This record gives sequence, structure tokens and C-alpha cells, in this order.
Amino acid sequence: MTTFIDPQAVAPAPTPSGGSGSVPAQRKRSFGQWFRHKGWRHVVGVVTTVFAVFPLLYVLSAALNSNGTMAGSNALFTAFDGGNFEALFSDPTRPFGRWFMNTMVIGVVTSAATVFLGALAAYAFSRMRFTGRRVSLLSLLILQMFPQLLAVVAIFLLLNAITDVVPWLGLGSQLGLIMVYLGGALGVNTYLMYGFFNTVPKSLDEAARIDGASHVQVFFTIILPLVTPILAVVGLLAFIGLSSEFVIASVVLTDPESQTLAVGLYSYVAQQRSENWGVFAAGAVLAAVPVMALFLFLQKYITNGLVAGSVKG
Amino acid sequence: MPTLAPPGPAATRPPKKTALRADSTLGLLVKIVLLGLVDAFAVYVMITLFLQEKWLVLVFAAVVTVLINWVYLRRGGLPAKYLAPGIFFLVIFQVFVMIYSGYVAFTNYGDGHNSTKADAVNAIQLSAQQRVPDSPAYRVTILERDGVFHLLATEPDGTVSVGTTGEPLEEAEDAVTDGTGKGTELEGYRALQFGEVLANQADILAITVPFSDDPEDGSLKTGDGSNAYVYRPSLSYDEDTSTFTDLETGATYSDRGEGSFQSEDGEQLSTGWKINVGLDNFTKAFSDQNIRGPLLQVVLWTFTFAIVSVLSTFALGLFLANAFNLPDLRGKRIYRILMILPYAFPAFLAGLVWSGLLNPEFGFVNNTFFGGADIPWLTDPVLAKVSVLVVNLWLGFPYMFLVCTGALQSLPEEVNEAARMDGASAWRTFTAIKLPLLLVSVAPLLIASFAFNFNNFNVIYMLTDGGPRFDNTTANIGHTDILITMVYEIAFGTGVGRDYGLASALSIIIFIIVAVISAISFRQTKALEDING
Repeated sequence: MTTFIDPQAVAPAPTPSGGSGSVPAQRKRSFGQWFRHKGWRHVVGVVTTVFAVFPLLYVLSAALNSNGTMAGSNALFTAFDGGNFEALFSDPTRPFGRWFMNTMVIGVVTSAATVFLGALAAYAFSRMRFTGRRVSLLSLLILQMFPQLLAVVAIFLLLNAITDVVPWLGLGSQLGLIMVYLGGALGVNTYLMYGFFNTVPKSLDEAARIDGASHVQVFFTIILPLVTPILAVVGLLAFIGLSSEFVIASVVLTDPESQTLAVGLYSYVAQQRSENWGVFAAGAVLAAVPVMALFLFLQKYITNGLVAGSVKG
Repeated sequence: MPTLAPPGPAATRPPKKTALRADSTLGLLVKIVLLGLVDAFAVYVMITLFLQEKWLVLVFAAVVTVLINWVYLRRGGLPAKYLAPGIFFLVIFQVFVMIYSGYVAFTNYGDGHNSTKADAVNAIQLSAQQRVPDSPAYRVTILERDGVFHLLATEPDGTVSVGTTGEPLEEAEDAVTDGTGKGTELEGYRALQFGEVLANQADILAITVPFSDDPEDGSLKTGDGSNAYVYRPSLSYDEDTSTFTDLETGATYSDRGEGSFQSEDGEQLSTGWKINVGLDNFTKAFSDQNIRGPLLQVVLWTFTFAIVSVLSTFALGLFLANAFNLPDLRGKRIYRILMILPYAFPAFLAGLVWSGLLNPEFGFVNNTFFGGADIPWLTDPVLAKVSVLVVNLWLGFPYMFLVCTGALQSLPEEVNEAARMDGASAWRTFTAIKLPLLLVSVAPLLIASFAFNFNNFNVIYMLTDGGPRFDNTTANIGHTDILITMVYEIAFGTGVGRDYGLASALSIIIFIIVAVISAISFRQTKALEDING
């Protein structure tokens, strides 16, 4: 669309200093112009913002209103109290606190491991030349087309078989779930990191090598510190993704004590959506806040990363 | 890259070797400890596998262990050392499970077909138990050890024995008996109080203590926690002919190669075993009246959902990106942050929250926007589809907005100016210049977005759970189900029995569709790039 810059529109309109007879006429004209140029954008902005934000305000309002039912939550922000939050933490059959911790632990461990495994692979692809390198990179690109959840049946059966051999890694085990998630650790992540690793000049590692550093030392002391931004982005993206993962977690984790927020909160509303509504809303707010905070913090990197990745193909 | 490759290895190899030798002792130590831990775990797994006589898996585990050790202990082969950990998980939990899905798709694996034939025979004998008429009562005490309940049974002749499900009755000579000779306590076990017996009724009723390893000998079961009776299988198994005979009716059930025992008139025993069924699952998907109709509708809706989702989010995102692509627009940052919020909100929660908003009776949308009207947003087939699309638009447009903003800003300004010089209108500049340039960088993301929405499980499952249900099928599948939610429903749903075979067959169909789409679209993207570039 137009990036046509109208000097009159750009010039700050307010604070008319110095009287001039033509001011009213000029204003009138400039309002029409202003609207054509900018005003409609504000209309679009306000409408979209309302569409984007009202569901969120609705949850927040329902969470703060201990009236509790869904019908009672329709008048936004009519009551403020923490009753729902108290109810949320006092139900032993639905241990919200445990779910929260489980989600954090599984998310943090998995994303840390994902970053580490991805960085190892990206280092190899970026700094070493070996037969099968191109094929491996291409295979990763193809493999990541097929999300793990497509094989959820086979994952369930595999873990079921593992339960017979190593019970603490099988069905119902969070460690088992983490292991399954790590199956997706390479793929997109490696690609993102590989691109970033390539931007670190090779002369740096060569200099270190001449000084007698080993390849491990180069990796840990030269490369990793220089690529921390991408490590953080990949790790946080992985964490955000994992905190929403439902399919595999619902199949693997059966005991309410070991479940994650996604599985637990689903069970909260699955049976009786309207009665527990306020308590569910409170849970939803608490579950969403950390993820949203992380996301907004990361937002700039994410867009840059996405577009950079797309341009490189 | 390729031009740099030849001198690369030659130049770096010599210092690499010296570097290896110069590895610090700390590094060596860490390596030995880590490898040692891995090996210890591997040996533990292999011993368990050996005891369970799972030879094929044992061989596989041994090969993997040797491979890992070879990778890390040999000199050179540096890339493998860095790639091995990631690839290990990738191979097992991404590649192997895909192959395994392929295998399961050709079996009848599922409820009632879980294991081998021998297990099925055993299970049938255990489940088809009937009380032996006029058999004596055994007085029992319920014992507990490590959370498992046992029966301490006093036979009519006074012998006291102990056992539980899977553990044949064994004489317990040192059991403590009361005045009447009934065994009441046994060392190493804890006798349950009456209240506990009541509390654990279901578990205690389920205890089936066999007399020996041969199920034909019968077993002890209790109905009240104080007396147990002898039960014998009502079906007798003949190993030579591989048939079951009902001891009462005399009907015979034989193995007809379909993974279960069937009588002459087609009646099946409920427990069967896993066999290969060839393409049966695929033919079932496309010919069984109960599956075919719904499946076709689901496939059609999956494509519609994915395509409309991509187009709608992209259109809105692009429009907004254009609207806000003005350097001096006031409040741009605030709009931007507020509009991104839905994307930051976890998707599974979005589905659940919107399901409340759209609730016909109590929902916010009906009560506030439509003045209490009873609009069936989630229960009418057409409206449910519209709702799913709107919710997915809500979730997806911020991403497209971000992407399009980024792409627009990276377009060179000169192009724009040149067009203006030539007198092109704003609209023409957009369609003829900006959009094609934009598509080059955004097309891969659109394809990725399509692939993602094709399997967008969370939105559908959380919002409508696939509903409203189809009328023409007994399976729990509905008008807004996409392929992946249908797979989940068939494999883990509560409606009909779990059918892993059919579910895997459907996942294989998704695999194929995704593969074809990615292949085509990658070619298209390349073509697009060639045209422009």
C-alpha cells in the first residue's frame, strides 16, 4: 500500500502556535486527508485490537469473579476477588500446583536438552565437512515435515513395550515423555542454529586452534558464547511449544499427579464446562501468564528469526 | 560452500589431531564417566531383556551400544561424535516410530488383539472362569505386601497357603492361625482390616489365585473377602487342534486365521491376538460403511480447514501489516503488542476459552453480542465449522501479521519509488510489485502454516472435540474432526474399542498426504524463486 509520505500529514498538527486566519479551513481539509491517510488505520487498529483482546479480558474477568459459573462470568469485571485462585489450589483431585510444576520441569529440561543437542549438531554441520553432510541436512529438513504427533499410536505402543523393560522410562513416566520430545530436538532447531553458527567467522576458531584449543574447547568457549541469542530463542521457542503440547502428554501421562497443565486443564473443563468455569479461568490465567510473558519478550527475535530463515530457504 | 570444502579438511586435519592429543584430562574424565554411565544403563537394559527372553530387542540394544562406544572411542570421526546424541533420539522417537506405525497399520492391533496367541489362550482360560459346583469353601484372610493384595487361604483340611494373581498358591507353613485353624497372619505381609477390605473391594474381587501354572487346574476367587471358592475354566483348550471347547454347550471355537477363536456360526471369543492382516485396515477405511462416509467428509474438511485457515490468516495479517506499515503512525507499538497477544496465548487454552465464549446457553457471545439468542455455535455442523475457522483466525493472524510486517520492511524502498515515478497507483504497486516480492519470502512459511494446520489438533479437540457427531457412524467422529483428531479418537477414544491398526493406517494416509504436499510445494517455491530471482 502507499508509503507515500505527505509532508503536511507528517508535520505535527497540534499546538498551533501563532494565529493565522486560514487555520480552520486547513484543519478541515487536513482531517479528511488525515482520515484517508491515517485515520482508517486507527479504525482498523481498534477493531482488530478488540477482536484480539476481548477473549483474554473475558478469561481474566472470569478468573477474578468467584461467582464461578459461566453465565455469571458474562458481565466483565463486576467483581474482584481471589476465591477462584483459592479453589484452584485446594482441590486434591486436581492438583493444579503439581501440574504447573510438572509443566515447568518437563519444559525446562526438554528445552535445555533440545538446545544442547541442536547446538552440537549445528556445530558439526557448520564447522566440519564430511561425507553425507548435505544428505543429513536435507533429511532433517524432510523429517521435520512430519510432526511426532502423527506417530502418536506407535509412540504409545513403544513406551508400552519400554514399560516392561525399564518401568521408570515407560508409560506414565515424565522422563519417558521428555525422551519422546527429544526425538524432535533436531530438525527445525538445528536449521535455525546452523544458519546462525555460519555467521560466526571461522577465523575465530582457527585462531583458537592455533593457540592449542581442542575442538571441544572451541565449541564451549568460542562458539557457544557468541551464539547465545539463537540458543535462547530456540530454547524459549521449544519451551513455549512444549507448554501447549497435549496429544503425546495425554497419552503418556495417566496419573493426575504427573500430568501437565495442558492435560490437566483439559480434564477440568472436559466434563462440566459451565460449572467450574471460574476456577478453570483462574487456572488458565496462571498457565498463560508465564508463556505470554516469555513470548512478548521474545517477539522481536522470533519475527527476525522467522523472516531471516524464510529468506534463506 | 562446495568451493571451500576441498582445502577445508586438508587444512584443519593436522591441527585437529594434535588438538585431540592435547585434550585436557578433565575432558577425558568427563567422556569416560558419561560413556560409563551410558554403558551401565545399556548393560542393565540388556540383562532385563535377557531375563525376559526378548532376543530381537536384545540384539538391537547390543548393536546400538557397540555403535555408541565405537563412535566415541575411536580416533577421528569427529562429526559423528557431535551428531550422535541428537540422532539417537531422532532415530528412535521420530524415524522408528514412523516405521512402526507402518507396521502396526498392517496388523489388527487394538483392544482384544494386544498380544501373542499363547497369551490370548492364557487370558481366555483365566477370564472364562466358573465356580465349580459344590466345591468346598476356603476361608481367607486378605494380606498386603508392597501394595499388592494376596489371599491367605485355609483349605478345608487345615493347610494354609498364600498366593495372588499370577502367583500360584504356595503352602505357608509358618502362618499364624486362630482358634478355628484359620490362617490370620503371615510374616512379611500385613493383614487388612475390615474397613480396608471394603475400601479395596474391586481389587480384592479381581484377585485370581491359580492352583498351579496350568490354568486348567483352576483357581481360587473370593466374593466377599472371607470365603474363596474353586473356579475352573468353562472353556477347555486343546493344544493339538488349537481349539476351545465350551464345557457346557460343547461348542468349539477354532483359529480361522483372523486373530481370534471363532465358532461355526461366527461367534468370537472376546480375547484375540495380534496378527498381520495385510491391507485390511486400508480396505476397511475405504469400504466399511461405518468408516468410509465419515472418513471422506473428514478428509474434505481437513483440506478445507487447512486451506481456509492459511488464506484467512494471511489475508488479515497482510492487510494489517500494510495498514500499520507507516513509520509515523501513532500508537503503532500499542496496537502491535495488543494484536500479538492471541498468538502468545497457549493454543490449547484458546480452544477451551472460546468453547466457553461460544457456549450456546451461558456463553458470552450469545448473551452479550446477540442479546441472549440461542445460536448453536458449536453444535450445528455448519456453524461449528465457521466457529473453528474464526477461532483459528484469532489464533493465527498475529503470526501472519508479524511475518508480513517483517517481509514488507525488508523490501527495497527503491522499487517502490521507481513504481511511483512511473505513475503506478498504490494498489497497482502493491499487486504488481510488492505482493510478488513478498510471496517469495513468505511462501515457505505459508506452506509450513498449511502443514501445521493440516494437523492442528489442539484447536479442534479443545474447541469442539470434533463434534457435532456424524449420524451415520458408531465411532465418536464428527463434523469438525480433522484426520489427526480422528486418529486419536480411534486409537484412544472412549466410544468404541481402541483400534491401533486402523488408527495407524489413517496416520499413514496423513503421512502420504503431507509428503506429497511438501514435495509439490517445495518444487513450486523453487519455481517462484526462479521466476523472480
